[in-house]
Amino acid sequence: MAQPDLSAPARDPWYQRLMEPLLPPLTALLIAAVVGDLLILSFGQSPREVYRLLVDGTWGNAYGFGQVLYKATTLACTGLAVALGIRAGMFNIGAEGQLALGGFAAALVGLGLPAGTPAALAILLCLLAAGAGGSLAAAVPGALKARFGASEVIVTIMMNFIVAAFLNWLVATKVSVAESLHTPEIHAGAVPRLAEVFPAFHGSAANFTILVAIGLAVSVWWFLFRTRAGYELRAVGLQPDAAEYGGIHVGRTWWRTLLLSGALAGLGGVNYVLGYKQYYEEGFAAGAGYLGIAVALVGRNHPAGVLVASLLFATLSQGALAVNALVPKQMLDVLTAVVIIAVATAVPEVQRLLRALRGRQA
Amino acid sequence: MSILAFLIQTLRIATPYLFAASGGVLSERAGVIALTLEGWMLTGAFCAALGSFYTGSPWLGVLAGIGGGVLAAALHALATIRYRADQVVLGIAINLMSVGITRFFLRLAFDSSSNSPRIPGFDWAGASEGGTTAGLGSLLASFSNPLVLVALLSLPTVWWILYRTPYGLRLRAVGEKPEAAASVGVSVARVRWIAVLGAGAFAGMGGAYLALEQHQFTDSMTAGRGFIALAAVIFGQWEPKRVALACLLFAAAETFQIRLQGLQLLPSQFVEMIPYVLTIIAVAGIVGRSRQPAALGRVTEP
Repeated sequence: MAQPDLSAPARDPWYQRLMEPLLPPLTALLIAAVVGDLLILSFGQSPREVYRLLVDGTWGNAYGFGQVLYKATTLACTGLAVALGIRAGMFNIGAEGQLALGGFAAALVGLGLPAGTPAALAILLCLLAAGAGGSLAAAVPGALKARFGASEVIVTIMMNFIVAAFLNWLVATKVSVAESLHTPEIHAGAVPRLAEVFPAFHGSAANFTILVAIGLAVSVWWFLFRTRAGYELRAVGLQPDAAEYGGIHVGRTWWRTLLLSGALAGLGGVNYVLGYKQYYEEGFAAGAGYLGIAVALVGRNHPAGVLVASLLFATLSQGALAVNALVPKQMLDVLTAVVIIAVATAVPEVQRLLRALRGRQA
Repeated sequence: MSILAFLIQTLRIATPYLFAASGGVLSERAGVIALTLEGWMLTGAFCAALGSFYTGSPWLGVLAGIGGGVLAAALHALATIRYRADQVVLGIAINLMSVGITRFFLRLAFDSSSNSPRIPGFDWAGASEGGTTAGLGSLLASFSNPLVLVALLSLPTVWWILYRTPYGLRLRAVGEKPEAAASVGVSVARVRWIAVLGAGAFAGMGGAYLALEQHQFTDSMTAGRGFIALAAVIFGQWEPKRVALACLLFAAAETFQIRLQGLQLLPSQFVEMIPYVLTIIAVAGIVGRSRQPAALGRVTEP
């Protein structure tokens, strides 16, 4: 009989290994459900009925599910943007502005191209423009962080307002259709709807930009965990001083990360501009940038987690419309905030408790 | 008279900034990031509208507004101080929550998704009854809201707390070197709790001013004013005197823009950018050295 190898760490049983990634979202959802019940009851409605409507209106039919996929596409992009920043130890609060500028840049290019441009080429150029637009909005915080160590939190927040005012001015005075707050319709670069291949989605805004989002998630995963630059990025995020000592140029990594992060958020703008409306409209971002923080947080800054979390928050957002007849749709906004607070507050407590329990077993 | 009118209008626009920025200085000097000013203000505005509507007294409305701000701040303090949650994440969450919860209860209380019914505000000298009273009368009418005067005292009060009271000394120590403060027996958590609740009270008062001045609560009526106040805190380098000047400067730019609207010297969108651009310049340390409280945003062990 061989002696057990004491040098190898004992492997946790499967249910404990499963608990690590699943516990945060489950705890958060449980807390959100309790708060949700209270809100529903305060409005004199039955929680069961409201939740039934919520499920029916989202995953329950092809149109609702299409809308969930559409909303998840934008959220996945902003979620990836925020997650990438956090991996490098930075809070990119500017996804909102980056998303808006990305969408605007895509619309400008779509407007500028002649009508006969081959669709594939037009879409590619618009995608490049969207990424560049997002990067441009992130370049200011990136440069100031790298050069002066200026807090990216503050600068990205301020950039959101500056970008909003700037686009507002451009749209109002330079490129709008009279009496509206949107640009003219683009000539080239429309992304086909999912309904063209899967007719069941008919009427929903789901479109093939979703492939861009999935492709970005895979790329970010590969970049973070399979490339040297991704390793450097994570090293800077874990311990900037140690990374610097290890020969990594911390400032340059911050700068590159914010540019990449901005590009990811900017690409999300394509979903609305090329996939849905075919024009840039003021205020289309509507909080998707800020929600990206929630998506990254619940997805634990992992690309796969971000995709799942974007589906969760898209479901809440679409479900809000479905339940509006019974309770104000703002209930779901409150629940979204509750999920963030729960993940940031209760989950670490539960994890501490789990660790304490496991320690006692050992 | 024109200059006087300009100054008065500036003061009225500056009032919510002065209140919220007072809260911002208090909270940030204690080491807690004040991203939440916007949410605290909005909650305060809604509670002030509720209070004023149901009691018929604007004074009780102000009290309710303060209560609302304190309540929202308590949630922030509980999560960030007691449970050591990330202050930036919580700040964003509380801002999102304030928008959602005020809309939700707007429907519940007033059955409207955009605004409350008309609420009693401060109406000295029949200010809102219209009628162009000349000279001293219009001057008095401009000050019909006593909160304008209270706002002028708010940053001096914060200055006095910070630099003239034992609590202020502890607060500054906690914001700069919490470990050192703890080692001489100061309860870091307690100092921060008081600072954050106080900040909520100030921001709530700023919200109450907005609701009472407009005689109603409208959806998302703070419209970024909390962030402008945060910008003033940073641009004023966390010093009450400079922060007060920053608030007045931002308000003067807005007044200027409103007055010159017909002339179109500068598009209004560019005037809106001023506070944000100045703040970016300030945090980059391009004009003078700007140093934030050393422990700002750091989650410290008790």
